[in-house]
Amino acid sequence: MAAEPILEVNNVEVIYKKTIQVLRGLSLAVPRGEIVALLGSNGAGKSTTLKAISNLLALENGAVSAGHIRFAGTETAAKRPHELVRAGLFHVMEGRRIFDELTVEENLTAATYARDGKSGSAAARFELVYEYFPNLHTRRGVRAGYLSGGEQQMLAIGRALVAEPQLILLDEPSLGLSPKLVEEIFAIIARINAEQRVSMLLVEQNAAVAFAVASYGYIMETGRIVIDGPVERLTRDQDVREFYLGLGGHEGGAKSYRDIKHYKRRKRWLS
Amino acid sequence: METDWLLLFEVSLAGLGTGGLYALTALAFVVIYKATRVVNLAIGEILMLGAYAFFGLAAGWALPWWAAALGALAVAGLFGAVVERTVIRPMLGESPISVFMVTVGLGSVLIGIVEIVWTADPHRLPEFMPNAPVFIGEAFLAPKIAYSFLVAAVVIAVFVLLFRFWRGGVALRATANDQAAAYSMGINVPGVFSLAWVVACMVAAGAGILVGAIGGISSTMGVFGLSVLVVVIVGGLDSVPGALVGGLLIGLVEALAGIYLGGEYKLLATFTLLIAVLMVRPYGLFGTHEIERL
Repeated sequence: MAAEPILEVNNVEVIYKKTIQVLRGLSLAVPRGEIVALLGSNGAGKSTTLKAISNLLALENGAVSAGHIRFAGTETAAKRPHELVRAGLFHVMEGRRIFDELTVEENLTAATYARDGKSGSAAARFELVYEYFPNLHTRRGVRAGYLSGGEQQMLAIGRALVAEPQLILLDEPSLGLSPKLVEEIFAIIARINAEQRVSMLLVEQNAAVAFAVASYGYIMETGRIVIDGPVERLTRDQDVREFYLGLGGHEGGAKSYRDIKHYKRRKRWLS
Repeated sequence: METDWLLLFEVSLAGLGTGGLYALTALAFVVIYKATRVVNLAIGEILMLGAYAFFGLAAGWALPWWAAALGALAVAGLFGAVVERTVIRPMLGESPISVFMVTVGLGSVLIGIVEIVWTADPHRLPEFMPNAPVFIGEAFLAPKIAYSFLVAAVVIAVFVLLFRFWRGGVALRATANDQAAAYSMGINVPGVFSLAWVVACMVAAGAGILVGAIGGISSTMGVFGLSVLVVVIVGGLDSVPGALVGGLLIGLVEALAGIYLGGEYKLLATFTLLIAVLMVRPYGLFGTHEIERL
């Protein structure tokens, strides 16, 4: 590997409430400036992985019980969540988690705390957000709770832009959005990655859109990585095509549900 | 009998004056509740602590009144910081009832400290407000109540502006809205908790100085907090406008009941109002709907 990755996760295990193990020896890396996709079905542990990285696990009675997480070359374990954010690791949480009682602009103002210790004016970043998302500009005085789902997702990404981070953890930006909106949002995600040179770790259920923007992909199941590789290789992988992209394994076209016999053929990585 | 409009007006003014102090103390309660979701039953005793600190500095150390007031605010702020760090923060995540009981205990401890240091006898605070009677039109208003109301109004106005326009106010509201999301914005959430306690205790202490100036101080003046509790339940535990409207409303109702029904009916009137409001709006006049922990 040429340069040191911005984020390295090594053999991490996570336990909730001291009893429920969710991650089992998970490892992944995000190279600088790239988008890495983390895919998997419900309950695979994708969101837990992100929370382990951003140190938000403690709020949900979870803890990293083994392994190391290094962000920009330093261990994250000893840092408190807001310190990590200020160091340049921004977590856009699942379900957008905008402050619905605050206005759009106040939501952005809240994100300026992530800039503490950075030079440069926050106002310029606000302009940048409004440039990417003109909708937000017209609605900047509105209570964020009244925004549509798409606008809320834009606001969630906008807050990350204000923070000017080195790495964004994006948890399911497609959640609950129409296909057209998903396309729009992902086009902007790709633009932000290219223009702002922000690295991203993207958690998704929608593998097709994730692969459209990512360069490398990890697929996880029950708390561990089962397949990983460059996106070009993953999209050619027989099992990935069938189970995650919904494409017929053999003839390449879409498959009728009638022909699928899940119970007969187990995924090969299930041991 | 002809209605005595002047008396009604005077009584209403006096009621609103007391209501301003209720609103101020309720604001202290709401700030803590909003930020940390702690129902702070010691608010009345913190108010008492502020009044006694002022008394100690002004009468005991013979400081000028303004220095004593600043000193009392500083003592209360420090008290808030220490209590938050040592007693409240370790309790975060515990059942709300446990935290609630901790604040009850805190109130008792404060009463004990005050009685040890200053005995249980009532005292009068040194005079520091102008004594000239205040007239609004024909109506006479006790000068202390008038000036206290003014101070309370100014402090409340400053707070409302800070909440709206200061970045720290945004951080506080963001923390109240969604704690985990506030963390993920880089907001120092424990820092916000600390700040909320410090500020709230200072506000309560300020209210305590005013209350003490009007009615004198004693180790039982914490019962003022009982009326404040009614105020915040009527207004909504987490609502700043609720604290203001509730404060004025309760002050007014108490004053009118005191004059027209007799002093012993004051509490009856306010608690009747409390029950009536809760029957119509269980979360208070302005409170957020899902709040029903008490």
